[in-house]
Amino acid sequence: MIAALLALIGALLVLGLAAVAMRRSPLATKLVYGGALVLTLALFALAAVALASLGAGAREAALPLGLPWLGVHFRLDALAAFFLAVIDLAAAAASLYALGYGAHEPEPGRVLPFFPVFLAAMNLVVLAADAYGFLFSWELMSLASWALVLAQHREAENVAAGTLYLLMASFGTLALLLGFGFLAGPGGDYSFAAIAARRPEGWVGALVLALALLGAGSKAGLVPLHVWLPRAHPAAPSHVSALMSGAMTKVAVYAFIRIVFQLAGPPAWWWGLVVLALGGASTVLGVLHALMETDIKRLLAYSTIENIGLIFASLGLALAFRADAMGAAAALAMTAALFHAFNHMLFKSTLFFGAGAVLTATGTRALDRLGGLIHRMPSLAVPVLGACLAIAALPPFNGFASEWLTFQAILLSPDLPQWGLKLAVPATGTLLALGAALAAACFVRFYGLAFLGRPRSPEAAAAVETDRASLAAIWGLAVPCVLAGLFPGAVIDAIAPAVQASVDARMPVQTGLPWLTIIPVAASRSSYNGILIFLFITASALTVAAAVHRFASRAARRYRAWDCGFGDVGIAAQYSAASFAQPIRRAFGSTIFRATDVVEMPPPGATAPARIRQSRIDPVWDGLYAPLVGFVWLLADRLNFLQFLSIRRFMSFVFLALVFLLLVLAVWH
Amino acid sequence: MALIRAIAIQGLEMALVLALAPLLTGFVRKLKARLQRRAGPPLLQPYRDLRRLLGKEVVLADNASWLFRSAPYLIFATTWVAAALVPTFGAGLMFSWSGDLIVITALLGSARFFLALAGLDAGTSFGGIGASREVMIASLGEPALIMIVFTLALVAGSSQLSNVALFMLSASAGLRVSLALALFGLVIVALAENARIPVDNPATHLELTMVHEAMVLEYSGRHLAMIELAAFVQLLLYVSLIACVFAPFLLAPVHASAADYALGIAAYVGKLAAGGALLAGFETATAKMRVFRLPNLLGAALMLGLLATLLLFVSRTL
Repeated sequence: MIAALLALIGALLVLGLAAVAMRRSPLATKLVYGGALVLTLALFALAAVALASLGAGAREAALPLGLPWLGVHFRLDALAAFFLAVIDLAAAAASLYALGYGAHEPEPGRVLPFFPVFLAAMNLVVLAADAYGFLFSWELMSLASWALVLAQHREAENVAAGTLYLLMASFGTLALLLGFGFLAGPGGDYSFAAIAARRPEGWVGALVLALALLGAGSKAGLVPLHVWLPRAHPAAPSHVSALMSGAMTKVAVYAFIRIVFQLAGPPAWWWGLVVLALGGASTVLGVLHALMETDIKRLLAYSTIENIGLIFASLGLALAFRADAMGAAAALAMTAALFHAFNHMLFKSTLFFGAGAVLTATGTRALDRLGGLIHRMPSLAVPVLGACLAIAALPPFNGFASEWLTFQAILLSPDLPQWGLKLAVPATGTLLALGAALAAACFVRFYGLAFLGRPRSPEAAAAVETDRASLAAIWGLAVPCVLAGLFPGAVIDAIAPAVQASVDARMPVQTGLPWLTIIPVAASRSSYNGILIFLFITASALTVAAAVHRFASRAARRYRAWDCGFGDVGIAAQYSAASFAQPIRRAFGSTIFRATDVVEMPPPGATAPARIRQSRIDPVWDGLYAPLVGFVWLLADRLNFLQFLSIRRFMSFVFLALVFLLLVLAVWH
Repeated sequence: MALIRAIAIQGLEMALVLALAPLLTGFVRKLKARLQRRAGPPLLQPYRDLRRLLGKEVVLADNASWLFRSAPYLIFATTWVAAALVPTFGAGLMFSWSGDLIVITALLGSARFFLALAGLDAGTSFGGIGASREVMIASLGEPALIMIVFTLALVAGSSQLSNVALFMLSASAGLRVSLALALFGLVIVALAENARIPVDNPATHLELTMVHEAMVLEYSGRHLAMIELAAFVQLLLYVSLIACVFAPFLLAPVHASAADYALGIAAYVGKLAAGGALLAGFETATAKMRVFRLPNLLGAALMLGLLATLLLFVSRTL
């Protein structure tokens, strides 16, 4: 099985090379995306079969690549299979979408070669079973996605985003490199099996946690390492944005689980506390940024930070439960995290595809220039509405099911013995609840401004429905959003082997329960039944609508909007992106973002226009990155003289460095 | 036989909720008017309003989409399903296990989501005002409600509302500081979510102060009737929720006799009347708040919920 997987991944790499060769051919777009679609569908099918059949077992393979005396090791266990399935479903949908969307690419030669390589690299990270293979694939994934971010390199904004991304990605890889170094120790066996058998003691584990948070967290977009994400994700073509938000962040989640849950040894209780705090902070900061953003793709990227925060908060809970040997609770929290990772892939990819379709139809990403697309693009409006409902965590969609599991895990946490956790878990619960409510507000704003109302620009008024391949991809991911929400028990049981592989425990079997209900913890008797809720709502809505139309009135007339008798005062009088966000900006933003509104009123009689100026700061950028950048500049200035030394002094520096390193090695042993 | 009985009781509960909801609103209006020394509309006026609205033709804004036309039914259905999950006169409802308190909160969230979208659909400025203020209020009210749900679930050991109610009915509930904080928070949330004073004024027609009314401004005829009915049901839901958790006496237990159910219904009507009277008295005595002072009030509810949960986390080991 693993040989077949590796062969398919190899075929993806070959496809990337082939794309270089035929980049001038007009057929290249169809061939590359068609090939990627077939290959990733096969990968998805294999991963799904593996997830269902592997159980506690694993398949291993070694290839004589890379360093000659080491080779590269690959291993497929249930955890890897789950993430492979998530990545390849997103990849297949993105390839299908790109069959239509790719036709609008101005320079396909800048996208086509890197796209299959990016897909292959993400798959390889998940399959790698030694530090060398892992880091190589990780770096390949970073570089391929960086190249894709720079696909439209003529816009200065994209170049800046690409540079920032490259810096953060290199920093993340460096952190992971150091982390693996500490894990393997001076022995130097970098295979995961050897590292796991070594069980690092005390401070090494803590150091590895910190480095994993830096490395995986920076790729996932965890606050405060998120700054690159809302710039780089939207800069790429939309199908790549969808992959970066939907799949690449999941690779980072996978890396975190693999390193911290399996390689870093037994967790201390405060590990969970750190991860919970970062997750909670990401949730609220991400969604607040999203609420104030006016660019649709950047809004979606900020919302990714929120969802990653939610996943990491669940992972933090799982870590805390695991440290206190509460297996069932850890399994519940881990299930919530993996379920949400799957869900986020589904709805975020759908939304990015939708944003891409809107972009091609109207040529703009600004919320203030959209509106009324529900009339112009009806087949797009329905799945996007479904994805909005799912991401807003509303029943009976899938986002609610995973959030519900997280809340159930929080309800189990009073049994944790440590005081720090007793205080941190309810506080994080508040942040998650706040994040969920703000996400609903955010997606009312997103959908209401882009798809409802009247078109705010001539381009939006002239928008036409997008092509069939794109629509097929969008519907293809939106329908599973509903299905996973209606049958959460089936999903929970499907991901149970992955949960078992990561926390050595699993949730009770759900599919045997009557009426397809889910009951995560038998003792608390709390249950949720998505399908019944859905049937009740549908049945009562249809019955009432039918009864009203049959027995009351069914007459309807079109007329000008009433608007409290003001009549039609024009399209510009509609609520805009800024005005919709204003109450929330005022309620939350004045403290966190120091948001200010300055109104300049000209004196009576003056003909100058009145102006309103809005400003807000990003507390993370101003508090952390700006000083860091300043420090680096300062250091560069001070060390500038080192560039103008004589050769003799350079040699002595080299000598001193050598002595220092030898000393370190001597002390270490 | 047991199944038919269970279905009959569930059906009776849902019908009762629907039948009593306009009466509760009419009662509150009448009582408020009397407290202000006005004659007030008749008690049954809401029913007459609904009948009149249902019979009228709908005037749709030019720009209204299918979402605008289907939203009233969806809003009504989600609110009604949420209300069906709340034990009113008996705890052992047939489908109460299909959703817990978190689901009820989220169902009300769904109704609000559709209502806010419908407010934006016609492309008017008032719809936008209403929707943006509504989501601001909800963005604090909903987490406060979730924290209160956490408190109740931790006290009762289950987030299932019928289990919570049965626990409160048992002797082991007792008096707790957390429950008092939760009650206080829940009342604030209930006032906010139902657009009551001091958050919103259900009787206002001054545009700049409206929240709920601004969102539904474009609705008419049967659509407006459905939205009004949903609002009535939501008020009833919150009163029932507070009643079944904090005043669960005479709630019919799981396998109750017909006499128990009759007693339960009588007690339920009494609880509704008491809740309505308290609401009318409170609204008469209070002034409406400015919109931008609301985050303080709702933030207080959120903090109360957090405090109540924290107390439970901390007291678990003491």
